[in-house]
Amino acid sequence: MTKLSTVNMPSRRSVLAGLAAGGAALTVPGLGARFAQAQSSAPIKLGFQLHRTGIGAAYGRWYERTTQAALKLLNEQGGINGRPVEVVFEDDGTDPKRGAEVVEKLTSQAGCDLIFGPLFSHVVIGSAPRAAELKVPYLVCSEGFHVASGKLNRWTLQPGITDVRSQVASMAPWVTQNLGKKVTMIFPDYAFGHDHRDFFTEAVKAQGGEVIAHVAIPPTETSFTRYFPRIPKETEVIYHVMIGPAVLTFCKELGEFYGSGARPQIFGFIDSLEAVDMGAPGLEFLEGTHFWEGHCRNLQADASESEKAYRAAVGVDGNGASVSDARDIATYAHMFSCWETLFLIKNGMEAAGYQGPADRQKFVEAMEAMTAIPEGLQHPQGDKLFNGKTHQVFGHQNISRVEGGKLIRVHRTSIEDGMYPDAVDYTAQSF
Amino acid sequence: MISGPYLLLALMEGTVMAAVLALTAVGLSLVFGVMRVVNVAHGEFFMLGAVLAWFVAQAVPGPAWAAFVVALLVAPLIVAALAALADWAVLKRLGYEPEATIVATIGLSYILQQGALSFFGPDARPIEAPFTWRIQFPWFGYSGYKVAVVVAAVVILLAVWLFMNRSRAGLVMRATQIDRDTARAFGINVDRVYALVFAMGAGLAGLAAVLLVPIQQAHYLMGHDPLLLSFIVVIIGGLGSVRGTLIAALVIGLSDGVISFFWSPTLAKILATLFVALVLVFRPQGLFGERA
Repeated sequence: MTKLSTVNMPSRRSVLAGLAAGGAALTVPGLGARFAQAQSSAPIKLGFQLHRTGIGAAYGRWYERTTQAALKLLNEQGGINGRPVEVVFEDDGTDPKRGAEVVEKLTSQAGCDLIFGPLFSHVVIGSAPRAAELKVPYLVCSEGFHVASGKLNRWTLQPGITDVRSQVASMAPWVTQNLGKKVTMIFPDYAFGHDHRDFFTEAVKAQGGEVIAHVAIPPTETSFTRYFPRIPKETEVIYHVMIGPAVLTFCKELGEFYGSGARPQIFGFIDSLEAVDMGAPGLEFLEGTHFWEGHCRNLQADASESEKAYRAAVGVDGNGASVSDARDIATYAHMFSCWETLFLIKNGMEAAGYQGPADRQKFVEAMEAMTAIPEGLQHPQGDKLFNGKTHQVFGHQNISRVEGGKLIRVHRTSIEDGMYPDAVDYTAQSF
Repeated sequence: MISGPYLLLALMEGTVMAAVLALTAVGLSLVFGVMRVVNVAHGEFFMLGAVLAWFVAQAVPGPAWAAFVVALLVAPLIVAALAALADWAVLKRLGYEPEATIVATIGLSYILQQGALSFFGPDARPIEAPFTWRIQFPWFGYSGYKVAVVVAAVVILLAVWLFMNRSRAGLVMRATQIDRDTARAFGINVDRVYALVFAMGAGLAGLAAVLLVPIQQAHYLMGHDPLLLSFIVVIIGGLGSVRGTLIAALVIGLSDGVISFFWSPTLAKILATLFVALVLVFRPQGLFGERA
């Protein structure tokens, strides 16, 4: 099902701006006369590959809201190149096979200029090759190292969120210095979890610590107690990252397993509790444990103005819940990536002088030329550094501690903490 | 290597799984035994039980245990009523023909799943357990509620057995199972028996799901695993044999628990599937089934 997000009618200002731009183009000799039609003020159509159903549905719900909010602001500010912007949302069921079909449908049937938004790494890996075949820019929000590893292609970029390799590398020193050096990792047994396994293990080793056990759990698992005896007794820190609809069950069963007995320190990725209320019964044991957060769910005392404005725009309160339903918890740590990606698309298209699908290659080249991204309303999560060669952005990460059921930030990494040598140079590849 | 007290934990987890599985599979077995209908929508009736339990629990004010008790009583009844409706509207009209009913129940399963997606949404939603008492062993803690699930399952299965063997309705069902035509000749309303059996089978799956929701949450895709495992159990036990189903559920549940702990859950699934294949090759009627 296709849901067309009906954009506000272009304001008089944006129409005038569009006319002015059109007029300017007409004066360019040789080009204006021929492409006068292309220089219209017709909307720019962006495709959003959405996990509306399937195991990624909790993310999908908030990715759609975040994108709608960003779109509203973008159009209020005059759209892209003075043209209004439309986003076409298409559900992929969090399924790689359907993901590739969605890329095709958004490009060929809906006529979108580019596609952005998918999160789950198996879906991204399954869909990206189709985007390259169709030669359509594909901007993912998936955190996976598959972009910067060189596994994907020149049409696929990840400008809105730092990848797992960088995230874990930047936090490993804090974990080994503050929580313990003998770590047991619990992670989902697919691409995203494997990135965690490979790079956190490596990063802990570099810090003189050791990952003493890996507990891989199939991503569709619904019962977890049976995995916990694999956690060795000498474990000092449990590192957990879990995804999908069963995350609450996972955390509850972890709490039950240790009960009131002694337990190791616990460091988790907030993925294990995204869209879940920290106050849910059975989660009391998380008090005093630590979490990675891409973006802090609870409004922090030192929050910036742009952070507050962003939070209001996406309809999230100070506790990370929807302003209209306190039980509806946002996927706040991740969803900023949609917001920021949309504004990067705007900047990329404007830098490329984007007119229509014929300029897709120019758009990718303009994105590759990006470097520093300043903090602000367009980038409320913080400043970032984009690497055009690896198509990957690098940003700050947060470590929060659960205090009184709230996530309070105790550490923020620098961008440099998460840098690693380039594994690929996409700019050297052909389109 | 993991050892000692964890064998106890493995057995406890295995028992919980066996209890829920037995409850789910016994419904599937009953429907096949009496009606000769392979109900592919069985897993979705299970899911429906969980989803309805969430709606009921939301609607009931007061403490968590009260909401849960109401859900436990009401949700399986609604599932059973829907199943009776499906029997009347679809299966009866197909004359209970085996091939046609398989295809029909596949269609039914999609309708139920997409219906849940439309009305319940794509998210997993928890129901609070009726109590939060925890058993604290020296080595690990264990949810008291899970133990209660096992007790409840045993009680329900006992009630089903009594119903089938000691009540008049059970007698009529068994008579229909043995010979539909003769039963009809004796004045038994076979259509009504079928509707009742189909409703009861689905209701049992729904009941199992309500018991499971406080542990696992309700989700529109949760019907896949119970369906697969129920088929495994029913094939091993022998289609139509309630006793075989119970024994097979215990074997599969416990072996899954132990193998998952000491090796891996994937290996447990592989072995269970292999076991089914072997049973189908060497004893197609199942371990306790009668040769057709």
